[in-house]
This record gives sequence, structure tokens and C-alpha cells, in this order.
Amino acid sequence: MTINQLSVFIENKRGRLAEITKILKESGVDIRALSIADTKEFGILRLIVNDAQKAADVLKAEGFTVSLTKVVAIGIDDRPGGLAAAMEVLRDNAISVEYMYAFISRSEDTAYVILRVANNEEAVRIFTENGFKVMCSDEF
Amino acid sequence: MTMGKFRSPEIETASRHTMRIVQSDRLADMVKRVYENVPFYKRKLDECGIHPDDIKSVDDLKRLPFTNKTDLRDNYPYGLFALPLGQVTEIHASSGTTGKQTVVGYTENDLKTWGECAARAITAAGGTHEDVLHVSYGYGLFTGGLGLHYGGQAMGSTVIPASSGNTARQLTIMQDFGSTILCCTPSYAMYLGESREEAGIPLSDIHLKAGIFGAEPWTEQMRKSIEEKLGIKAYDIYGLSEVMGPGVAFECECQNGLHINEDFFIPEIIDPKTGEVLPDGEYGELVFTCITKEALPLIRYRTRDITCLTHETCACGRTLVKMAKPRGRSDDMLIIRGVNVFPSQIEEVLLHTKDVTANYQLIVDRVNNLDTLEVRVEMAPDMDFDAVRLVEEKEREIKGRLHSVLGLSAGVTIVEPKSIERSEGKAKRIIDNRHTYD
Repeated sequence: MTINQLSVFIENKRGRLAEITKILKESGVDIRALSIADTKEFGILRLIVNDAQKAADVLKAEGFTVSLTKVVAIGIDDRPGGLAAAMEVLRDNAISVEYMYAFISRSEDTAYVILRVANNEEAVRIFTENGFKVMCSDEF
Repeated sequence: MTMGKFRSPEIETASRHTMRIVQSDRLADMVKRVYENVPFYKRKLDECGIHPDDIKSVDDLKRLPFTNKTDLRDNYPYGLFALPLGQVTEIHASSGTTGKQTVVGYTENDLKTWGECAARAITAAGGTHEDVLHVSYGYGLFTGGLGLHYGGQAMGSTVIPASSGNTARQLTIMQDFGSTILCCTPSYAMYLGESREEAGIPLSDIHLKAGIFGAEPWTEQMRKSIEEKLGIKAYDIYGLSEVMGPGVAFECECQNGLHINEDFFIPEIIDPKTGEVLPDGEYGELVFTCITKEALPLIRYRTRDITCLTHETCACGRTLVKMAKPRGRSDDMLIIRGVNVFPSQIEEVLLHTKDVTANYQLIVDRVNNLDTLEVRVEMAPDMDFDAVRLVEEKEREIKGRLHSVLGLSAGVTIVEPKSIERSEGKAKRIIDNRHTYD
């Protein structure tokens, strides 16, 4: 139970983000969440979208360097301590996080956390065992 | 102009007639030696239909075949040596075109010749046995350090084998040990000069009067800066390990070209495309025949350096033929911090690295007077770049492999596929921002 994340490798050049978001707009791709990892030389734009494969295809066609990565998405309580509870589970099970980002949902009192970890299956199992809701693609 | 002092006046101011006799005798003898002792040359001469007895004077030189750097590689390591290892006293090496080193050897006599050549250079820079020679070229397989070291020893000067690196210590040695002549690469001389200024060491605490700088190209502008920053007169020295090392040619006080030690190395300028010998004053590729070398006597060795020759008596009194400061190369070799770097070596490393392509670009620059090399390489389309760590680890891996192949630290940047500029389908491989040729 993982979801497909779209990653775009972007060299630090002016206008790249504008270009990418324009292409997605014209393809009718809806962005649910995003994060950017930035270094001196390059950035990695990570997107959760309604149709990851389609977004990857259109960006590739425009010459962008894209990949699809399986990441784990969990729902947490949108209250102080909600994220801390999830992190405790990771710590107690010695799962290290490559990166993560979070966003809140429109309704309910839920927030979502996207994580890249070394072993997705293990992380999914442990979160489930500890009562966290692991999301699948359809749910976004 | 007053006459300079010469190390060997009978040779350095010899008439053209005398020099031709010396060269012709030595050439004839050398061709016999290599024909008898180096199977590679016997085969080559036989193929050209030349018998050693046909070579009687320097006029016959142009009939002989060329030797290329690839010949040294193909006969790695000792295949072109004219003597068994038992008679070889010392080995040096420099980087070759494909990662394999170019190996050179010296007999006792060869080392004496080397010392003599370097001593002529030191003398031309105003040195005597009373000088303290501070050698900050790297010591080791690189010929820079030991070449000037032998020169200083031949002079009877006091030699400080400081080798390269540790700039603060270099400056302390310079002040406390009373160095009077500095020998290193021009970029390191600049760096030492800047560091002296930064450290607030007054010029009066530095006893240097001259510097002998080589192993990489440098400009007149750099010369002026170095002279100011160190309070010295800066002299150029030229050499390459295949022919001998530093001291093949040297500058005199006129600072307008380098005198070639042509009693040991006969120079020619050829058209790099046709191989035809060009007249004085015309720029072409410099070729050397090592007429006295015992361990590794090379016939018409192509240096790939672009320069021209002039046979006129110099204002310093020397009649030794002069070569202009090289103004480029006929191949794509780069000299970075005195180290020879061939793009093919880098390509080889990239070809054998997973997750990247062999589409690369080399950016050479000079930052704070030190050469820098940055390798930009396109990632493979299927590389997992999704975490910063993965990209940085790959860059570090390539950096480590380049360091072991080049002996040089290079920056590595992984870039997007197809992002390196291509003109007419070919990637622009080298961007050299140093402007080191005048």
C-alpha cells in the first residue's frame, strides 16, 4: 500500500518551476501536495498528483528528468502531537526517514504525511500495527 | 647589455657551425644505439627503409619517423628503453592519455645531463653556488621536484627540498632558511605571493631574488604579478618528462623566449597535420630528438606544444636556439596544477560508473591563483535521483575515482540528461576560463 510520487530533477535555473507547473496545468493534472529539496546545484521537486503516470509522461515529453517513486502516505490526527506519535513509532522500530513532508486535508481533522523510507513494506506494516491509517493512491 | 653568466659558455655561445657538428655526431651515434637496442625503432627504421649509416648529420633528421606519446603507452612500461633496467638509475612517470602512466628512465649519465640542463637554467636566472634553492615542486614521480634539485646540486647551491603544499610552512622556511631562488609552478608562486601579503609578511623578510617557474602555461600578466608579490624576477623553464623534465629549455634575463639545450635535444617545428618541417618564426608543433639520452632516447618525439623557433644570437649572448612561450597544444591535454590531464582519462572513469553517462563537460578555472577542475556529467535516464543523498553519494564516488586516476582533486556535478550544451551534435567538452596562454 504505497502511492506513486512524481519526482523532477531540476537544475537551479530561472523559470523551471513556472515551466513545470504550466505543463501540468495544460494537461489537467491536479497537484495535491509538493515539496522541494534544494541544494546549491539542483533541486528535487516531489509531487503527489491525481495522475502520476500521466504527469510523468507529459513532463518527459517536454524534456524533463522525471521518475516515479513509491512512497508511504499515512493519515495522522491534525492536532498538536499528531506527528510526534508517528515519529515515535518510527524511532521505536528503527526506521530511518530519507525525507518526508506533510499537508492537511480539506475536511476532517486529518493531516497526511508522505515518507520515503528504505523498506516500504516494513513501514506500512508497522504503521498499520500501530493504528495509523496508511493511504492508497485513490484516497487522494 | 652586459654579458650574462653562463654555466657552459663553450656550448651556450657556440657558433652554429660548432653546434651542428656536436648535434650531427651525437645524432648519428644515437640512431645507431636505438637501432641496435630498441626493437620498436629497428622495426620503424626498417619500415622507412632507413639504415643508421644513412644518418650522418642534422640535415638527415627530417627523414626519421616521429615518436608519439601513444608509442610510449603501447610499449608500457619499459618497451622503449635502450638499456636493461640494471643500468637504469631512476624512473619517473607522468599521466598518459588513458590512465596508464608514461614511464621514463634515466641512467647515471642522463641524471648528470639533467642536472647540467637545470643548472644552466638556474645560472641564467642569476643563481650561483651561494644561492639557497627553495624547491616547491612536488617531489616524487613528477619530474619537477627532483629536476631542479639535481640542478641545484650540480651548481653546488644549497637545496631545500620543500616539495609542494603547506603554504604557511613554505613561507616560514622562506624567511628563516633564507631562500634566495624559488622553484615551483607559476600558479603556486602566485599563491605563495598572495599568502605572503595576507599573512602581512613584509618583502624585506623574504630574501628571494629570483624564481624559476614551469610545468604549466602562464601569461606575462601572471609574471608581473608574481614578480611584484614576491619581489623577484620570474623566469620560465620548460620541459617534459618524456624528453627529460624541467630544463629542456630555460629563460635568460631577456625574458623573451626560452633557450633550448640543443646540444642534448634537437628541436624542430612541424606542421601538426602534415608533419612537414616549418622554418624559423612559423608556429607549429615542437618535436624533440634526445641525442644523448641513454635510457630512453626518443627520435622526433611530438610534444603537442605549439610554438616557434628562432636561431639568432640573443641579447644575453647565448646562441642556443630559442623557442617562444608555447601558445597552445595540438591535442586536448590540460595542465592543471602542473598535472597533465587528458579528457579521455575522465571519460574512461565515467564510462565505468553506473548511473551516469559519458556526456560530460570539463570546466577549468583559476580561483585564488589555484587551478580548479569541475566535471559536469549527465545522469543516466534511470538513475534514482529522488533523494539528495543519492546524488551526492554518486558525486563523491566519481570524485574518488577521478582522484585515484588523475592524482588530482576535481569537483563533480551531476546534471540532467541532455543538458550539456552541444554544438553540431558534439558536446562542448572543455571550457577553460584560465586564459593561461597569452
